[in-house]
Amino acid sequence: MNYSDFLQMTPEVFLVITLIIAFFADFCLFKSESKTNILGSALAGPLVIVLGTCVLAASNHPEPISAFGGLYVVTPAINVMKAILTFGTLVVVIMAQKWVESQKRLAGEFYMLIVSTLLGMFMMMSSGSFLLFFLGLEMASVPLACMVAFDRHRKESAEGAAKYILVATFSSGVMLFGISFIYAATGTLYFDDVCAAVSNSPLCIMGLVFFFSGLGFKISLVPFHFWTADTYQGAPTPVTGYLSVISKGAAAITLCTILMKAFAPMVEYWNYMLYIVIVLSITVANLFAIRQSELKRFMAFSSISQAGYIMLAVVGNGQLGVAALTYYVLVYIVANMAVFTVINVVEQNNNGRTDMAAYNGFYQTNPKLSFLMTLALFSLAGIPPFAGMFSKFFVFMAGVQNGEPMAYGVVFIALVNTVVSLYYYLLIVKAMYITKTDSPLPTFQSDANTKMALAICTAGIALFGVASCVYEWIAAAGI
Amino acid sequence: MIPVECYFALSALLFFIGVYGFTTRRNLIAMLISVELVLNAVDINFAAINRLLYPEGMEGMFMTLFVIGVAAAESAVAIAIIINVYRKFKSDSVEAIQNMKR
Repeated sequence: MNYSDFLQMTPEVFLVITLIIAFFADFCLFKSESKTNILGSALAGPLVIVLGTCVLAASNHPEPISAFGGLYVVTPAINVMKAILTFGTLVVVIMAQKWVESQKRLAGEFYMLIVSTLLGMFMMMSSGSFLLFFLGLEMASVPLACMVAFDRHRKESAEGAAKYILVATFSSGVMLFGISFIYAATGTLYFDDVCAAVSNSPLCIMGLVFFFSGLGFKISLVPFHFWTADTYQGAPTPVTGYLSVISKGAAAITLCTILMKAFAPMVEYWNYMLYIVIVLSITVANLFAIRQSELKRFMAFSSISQAGYIMLAVVGNGQLGVAALTYYVLVYIVANMAVFTVINVVEQNNNGRTDMAAYNGFYQTNPKLSFLMTLALFSLAGIPPFAGMFSKFFVFMAGVQNGEPMAYGVVFIALVNTVVSLYYYLLIVKAMYITKTDSPLPTFQSDANTKMALAICTAGIALFGVASCVYEWIAAAGI
Repeated sequence: MIPVECYFALSALLFFIGVYGFTTRRNLIAMLISVELVLNAVDINFAAINRLLYPEGMEGMFMTLFVIGVAAAESAVAIAIIINVYRKFKSDSVEAIQNMKR
């Protein structure tokens, strides 16, 4: 065995070191008073280093690298995505600080779990074979179930976690059944060899459908979305944020790479599947989101419809696809994390209230927070000066680049749904600014970490769209 | 020699028994057992395909081993979570954990 292969995977190696640091910091500070503060910074530092290595790796290696005999493959586009997801995790760690403090002695476990899920996602994204892909997927989803169950004293947390772990296991079983058919048809598990051997035989089509539905569960696309609302509502708010952006982004880019790499010859089949799933995800989720009165549940349906928009980038197997998808995930991370940071700080200061009625008259007592939340919601809906509009534009452009009539139809439906989504995002804005109430939430002071997370997110919402260098950096790596 | 179709039939049967159990059972432990059936169907598939169709490599066998290992880890976590559910709700039926708004 050639140990120099490990040098090819620096981001993962640094993440493992981060994990060890988190473990020992937790071990040494077992009884310390200011434990969570030290732990948080002990984790944030290494994460910044991981972010740096990903960015460096993306710019230093313009060619795809493969290690361990093709098991591990990394392209510049994947490195860019890793950098983006690390950035998102950093925001989650910052905004979660106040909630983690309330967990007292268990704080260290949260940090270890979050780093190990990120490591699993890295493995999953840069896999070159179904074997490593499966291991990475499980490494990402099993600790996530523990994170969902983290609030051991809230009933909803246990309920959400039970639903999540059962559905996650079941969906990986379905996905593996599909992979076994692909293996039967091609005799290999490596993506490149599968691509060379795969054909339009019934066995391959069946394998593709099972595989797609398994990964559809993880991205929570519509026919497979039933766990999403309960899990998102039950999980602790920082974990909900993590699930909705980081986990979803990683699964989306993986599905995109596997469809484009391993199933490239079957493009006409998975294109039709994508059309159906995208139209269903966007439409059904939007209709359900309108009638929600619980903010985390509302954000769950919003994230299902956003998943539909993300997958729109994959349609047509085109050049622009990966870059549009990556850019969409980046913008979605900042906008969604801003919303979840506000939900979290309101929940922490008002005995765990997350219902929408709590936000009536929010502007009177907390004008700054409601203004930032409004910006984030505008970006999610895609209103022009903010980044959300540009990301939607690139996704639509990637969807129609091959000029197929069906793709135009799907993009048209997505456009109409943008208007619907504007309606329900504005419902929250209306509650905050217009709805009169006698007892709005009391004025409270956000802690420093919340302020920092909100500053990062708002800067992203305002700048990622206007500063064209961000998209250019992603697009340069994305081809 | 048993033809590969027989293995496929067995594993498909096992898979759909698992799917049927997962969708109809109203008890969390029973649902977990059904998921294990699905994973066992996958194991049979990989091992049989490797042995009978592609005996020159070992990929299917390795996949089987990893699936078994990961399934054990998953059921450990799932059982821990179900125990927590039982402590909170005093029940492990699906009806008991339908408390959130729909």
